[in-house]
Amino acid sequence: MTQAFARSSKQTFDRLSNPAGGHSHPSCASPRSNSLFLHLMKATMQRNTSTLLTSLTACALAIGTQTMQAQTSATPLPATIKIVSSLPRTGSANAQTTSMVNGIRMALTEVGGKVHGVEVLYEDWDDASPQRGNWDPAIEAANADKGIADSMVVAYIGTYNSGAAKVSMPKLNAAGLAMVSPGNTYPGLTKPGTGEANEPMVYRPSGSINYFRVVPTDDVQGFVAAEFAKSLNATKVFVLHDRELYGKGIADVFNASAKALGMEVVAFDGLDTKAANYKAIATKIKQSKAEVVFYGGTTQTNAAQLAKDLLAQKVDAKLIVPDGCFEEAFIKAAGANALEGRCFITFGGVEPKLLGGKGQVFYENYKRLYGKEPEAYAAYGYEAAKVVLTAMERAAEAGSLSRAAVLKEIAATKDFSGALGNWSFDANGDTTNKVMSVNTVKDGKFETVKVVGS
Amino acid sequence: MFEWFDSDVLLQQLLLGLSNGMIIALIALGYTMVYGIIELINFAHGDLFMLGSFLALTLVGVAMNCGIVDPELMGASSHWWLLGTLVLVCGVFCGGLNLCIDHFAYKPLRRASKLSQLVAAIGVSFIIVNVGLFWGGLPMDILGGGGAAAAPKDFPHLVSDTNLLGEESFVVMTWNDVVIFVVTIPLMIALTLFVKFTKLGMAMRATAQHATAARLMGVDVNKVIAATFAIGGFLGGAASVLYANYNSTVSFQMGFRAGMDAFTAAVLGGIGSLPGAMLGGLLIGLVRAMSDQYVGSEWTNVVVFSLLVLILIFRPTGLLGLKQREKV
Repeated sequence: MTQAFARSSKQTFDRLSNPAGGHSHPSCASPRSNSLFLHLMKATMQRNTSTLLTSLTACALAIGTQTMQAQTSATPLPATIKIVSSLPRTGSANAQTTSMVNGIRMALTEVGGKVHGVEVLYEDWDDASPQRGNWDPAIEAANADKGIADSMVVAYIGTYNSGAAKVSMPKLNAAGLAMVSPGNTYPGLTKPGTGEANEPMVYRPSGSINYFRVVPTDDVQGFVAAEFAKSLNATKVFVLHDRELYGKGIADVFNASAKALGMEVVAFDGLDTKAANYKAIATKIKQSKAEVVFYGGTTQTNAAQLAKDLLAQKVDAKLIVPDGCFEEAFIKAAGANALEGRCFITFGGVEPKLLGGKGQVFYENYKRLYGKEPEAYAAYGYEAAKVVLTAMERAAEAGSLSRAAVLKEIAATKDFSGALGNWSFDANGDTTNKVMSVNTVKDGKFETVKVVGS
Repeated sequence: MFEWFDSDVLLQQLLLGLSNGMIIALIALGYTMVYGIIELINFAHGDLFMLGSFLALTLVGVAMNCGIVDPELMGASSHWWLLGTLVLVCGVFCGGLNLCIDHFAYKPLRRASKLSQLVAAIGVSFIIVNVGLFWGGLPMDILGGGGAAAAPKDFPHLVSDTNLLGEESFVVMTWNDVVIFVVTIPLMIALTLFVKFTKLGMAMRATAQHATAARLMGVDVNKVIAATFAIGGFLGGAASVLYANYNSTVSFQMGFRAGMDAFTAAVLGGIGSLPGAMLGGLLIGLVRAMSDQYVGSEWTNVVVFSLLVLILIFRPTGLLGLKQREKV
């Protein structure tokens, strides 16, 4: 009931200003226009002229030169093209996603807002609702539909949450629209045999791949977390998860890895993510004498409250949480006291300030432009946009900016030299990048304690 | 792996259940009083409670920034006077706000169908949540620190975190627990006495029984209803400070869940009944703690709502609810 009312004002505005969900071409190209004109306009449809007058002229020309147009083989490049992002902008992930959107904007600015002379528009869409304070399946589905309906959109950057990707992936796949995620880490989205039996084929109704991600997955991350628990000399671990795709997924990996590394998993339980506190669970953890608690969850699913209640109930166990908590908001919500020396955060990559090469350039530019430290995922937003824009450039050079052409070029990304290093997309659409880090909180800030792989 | 019975664990869970339950009970009173008098489920009550805690957070922020209290000492020593002031101020704030909500949103609909009032309550709830979302960013932004408006905020401990049972004890009981009982129990006793023995209390009971008859007897029904909203709001405001201090988190979304729990408690105890709401709140707190420990937190909501269904099957009016008399 609440979700229906919950569209953020930003989104309502988008809807109002763009009611058909399509591009706002003022005349013949409108889907509601007369079918005769539509037929005649087929050839000039992609040419996005901006005023009523010019497009009317184009209509007239099209009638006159129909036969001539039909003879030219290549479709001309459009004047403008669009990329969109769908991220949770309402709720506590806002600081993280703002940073990601900033990254995307930076990538766009670096190419002068153009690929091969074609103007690239960017729209920042929200997939969260105030009532959930988190991603909302209804809104993510609507975003996917909106992206598909808008013929100018050639790439969809998103989502942040793996659960949200599950909603939009099949839709975008059927429409053949490329999707590049800067944040999804649930392995089952791309890797056969890591999730449910029907994954990932269930997300690919068309049979081909349209989904790519620039971030390493949780099967790597969960293992690194378990290894780290082992290095803390843990013999017993208490595993909790938030019952979401991402959280449960990484908790499963941690669970299996911990057992494989010879640790005893004393409990595996789902948390009620809206509960007022977890003092009762903290008591149970204390009773179990576990040395390490792993919580597969995010700031949005109340990880900070768990950290606080472990402290309040005087539980000595160390808490390990995954990258969903690797953001300033987590420290703000938990209070540094509850985290310092007590909590470790794994992350599929390294802190922005530790990035090397082009990553360092990105970090410096970001700080100069926005006057503050980028959040952990800013570089991934930047990298995702950069990959998309580079692929669009190649596609445009080859003569077409159609969805299929852009998709083909994104899939062909190889030895890409970006902010996250040198990497390629593999056959599943995953990055070949496997760098992981373990971080803690010191003096109210994240500090890296260990970097794994490279 | 886990010993099934461990007296320390049981004692700790009982304490946690009671502390959580007391807060729920205090909120539940606001639901049950309003329902008892105008048969309206005031969905906005949980969100009103949320605003109370936001005011508390803002005031604590101001106190810390103006040097009235030392941020370093938060959690180390107790600031009883600050806690007391907050309970009063936030109570009065929520009471006043509830009064205004009744005046502007519910009163014009008094003679409309019950459904219209219910929808109005849902509307007010949405408005308050969005006010909270806006307000959420303010205290920290103004007083330095910044951060996303929607992120949950850390609420400093106003009283000492030291374990009153000794550092070595398994069971942890701090002033944070004690303060809940110290504030809640007198409030509940005062409310009971007020409703039983004062003139306004008598008028409330009369209005609850039959509003038209009460009006015929010279009771100013609108005034009585306003007083009910004010008292319910006050209790919610007091609960919000206790909640924020106990959980040390404030978020614009907390009203929904707290309201849901409190509403369940009110129904469980028998909606319209004051002792029922108190009993229901304690019961929910205890059942939650026991279920987290002995069943698994994954099942806690299932356990709570199964209990509710079971009780309503055998006692449709709740544990202490009176049989509904046919109103002709």
